[in-house]
Amino acid sequence: MDLFEYQGKQYFARFGIPTSPGGVAETVDEAVAAAQAAGFPCVIKAQVKVGGRGKAGGIKLAATPEEARAHAAAILGMDIKGHVVRRVWVERASDIAAEYYAGFTLDRPNKVHLGMLSAQGGVEIEDVAATNPDAIARLSIDPVRGLDLETARRWVAEAELDPAVREATAALLCDLYRCYDEGDCDLAEINPLIVTTDGRVHALDAKVTLDDNATFRHPEWAEFAATETEDPREQLAKQKGLTYIGLDGTVGIIANGAGLAMSTLDVVNQAGGSAANFLDIGGGANADVMSAALEVINTDPKVRSIFVNIFGGITRVDEVAKGVLAALERVKIAAPIVLRLDGTNAEAGRALLEPHLSDRLIASPTMLEAAERAVALAGG
Amino acid sequence: MAIFVDESTRVIVQGLTGGQGRFHGVRNRDYGTKIVGGVTPGKGGEDVEGIPVFDTVKDAVAATGATASFVCVPPRAATAAILEAAEAGIDFVVCITEGIPAHDEARCYNQLVEGFPATRLLGPNCPGVISPGRCNIGITSGDIALPGGPVGIVSRSGTLTYQALHELSAKGVGQTTCVGIGGDPVPGTNFIDCLAAFEADPETRAVMMIGEIGGSEEERAAGWIREHMTKPVVAYVAGVTAPPGRKMGHAGAIISGSKGTAQAKMEALASAGVTVARNPTEAGERMVDVVRSL
Repeated sequence: MDLFEYQGKQYFARFGIPTSPGGVAETVDEAVAAAQAAGFPCVIKAQVKVGGRGKAGGIKLAATPEEARAHAAAILGMDIKGHVVRRVWVERASDIAAEYYAGFTLDRPNKVHLGMLSAQGGVEIEDVAATNPDAIARLSIDPVRGLDLETARRWVAEAELDPAVREATAALLCDLYRCYDEGDCDLAEINPLIVTTDGRVHALDAKVTLDDNATFRHPEWAEFAATETEDPREQLAKQKGLTYIGLDGTVGIIANGAGLAMSTLDVVNQAGGSAANFLDIGGGANADVMSAALEVINTDPKVRSIFVNIFGGITRVDEVAKGVLAALERVKIAAPIVLRLDGTNAEAGRALLEPHLSDRLIASPTMLEAAERAVALAGG
Repeated sequence: MAIFVDESTRVIVQGLTGGQGRFHGVRNRDYGTKIVGGVTPGKGGEDVEGIPVFDTVKDAVAATGATASFVCVPPRAATAAILEAAEAGIDFVVCITEGIPAHDEARCYNQLVEGFPATRLLGPNCPGVISPGRCNIGITSGDIALPGGPVGIVSRSGTLTYQALHELSAKGVGQTTCVGIGGDPVPGTNFIDCLAAFEADPETRAVMMIGEIGGSEEERAAGWIREHMTKPVVAYVAGVTAPPGRKMGHAGAIISGSKGTAQAKMEALASAGVTVARNPTEAGERMVDVVRSL
């Protein structure tokens, strides 16, 4: 789960990482009140989970309440790369002496954690990485040993940060690592990490991605999940434990496992059609989950045929078949369904469906044939 | 021969008394796998359809001489179970658990590397390994595999592993071993480990490799194949039509920029001399051609 900047800063604060005081606002009046509380000049920042907000006009400086009002009115409701701005974060403007970059993420090829630190933050850090890779000091961190202050001190020296703030930055990096590690982040990044004109180091931005698999040990994440603005169909799917992503085509897809679901998109495409969605019912799905999947797809008016592609491993095909029949009993499924079922308990599953097969419920022996059938039914 | 597991492998199931552990453990035994015991703390002395249950892996190893473990426990207990197996001297651990936090995986992997270099972990979040007719550890349905070789399979995606087995078996092409390495961020065993084992296995004469978008494991595998692999490889990479930049339900399946796309992976593999297919069925057909020409 990606966090909004203001949530990331709230998360940072739990680990003692300094940020500017401010407030979040959903209306223009709230934004003006937050600006007055923060003091002027202040910055009004669009809260969207996408980069490039500044260039899109989503970050503005306000010197007076009138300016704060005008900027908040312009930013709230703005569309930034397909993300509608529903909240702004308002904080006191900082006097900036230097802008650094700091971040932690998993180094997948080397199976350790990776810290990145640069004295050239603020600008497009990816350009710095491409044109001047030596300007980023990389630190491999053993997940068992973690990051200690001594190592962090050597790291800030290697990154050639201003000597006056090295000690404070080393301590902040240890806190950020704790946030990343104990806080179960896939990514914890500060860009820019600023030095103020009076010599303090603090986070001017926050990019935090939480590891959804760790939700069970973080009850405090519930408040972040509550603000996830998703497509209503994606929300419905999530409630049912499905991974659903809406796409633009006409063939509804249901498969078990992300790999098979992606492969199903591929073969539908190769058969001349296009997928209306990606839907993975996951491993070990039962009849209820399968039936919910069909009902989710049934709410999409673009769908003209449904391709159910199941290869049972931990998922039992007879359970899938029961789910299909349950859905057909509960709701009217608008589009014809093409089924391809193989794997664990496949024969039992096919036998359950056999008496119900028709031109609306079609069994197909192979993945490619099923794809062609589904594409033909969707009108190509 | 086969890789990693064969008819002499003695297996315990950690979590045998749970719903999934029981279903798959018993099914693995019915396939002919030497399932010699189960482990569930507090249930030592019981049995599951005649398979004795022990309180600890250490007890199970002492009583049964087990060399491999099938870890089938929930995410919050999984990495502790893996480490318990390693400490008890188990040298091959298969963990099918889905949903383990990435930091737990990273910590566990490094603890194994540092403290138990002799223990190989397969997974987590993988379908397991099957040497058809000899040993099946995990959740793969044994009847979709065909014994006798000559093809080895390695796959990063669970269900596509089954699809790959099915495509070959349906065409009468047998398998030596099929390994599902799983798509999690920190897999215990990667493509290169499996390719190297297949390269060294005299019974395996060709390899089918199934990848997917995200990460750079396929590109690294392509580099290894170019340098070291003498046996023919046929590959399929899922996700050519996946929309960019969206998470697709696997921690592994994230596209970052142009690197990690199915297209980039297919090009890297093709340039290493791998036969690249557009879908699993085509991969099966290409493999039939390869096997005929051996």
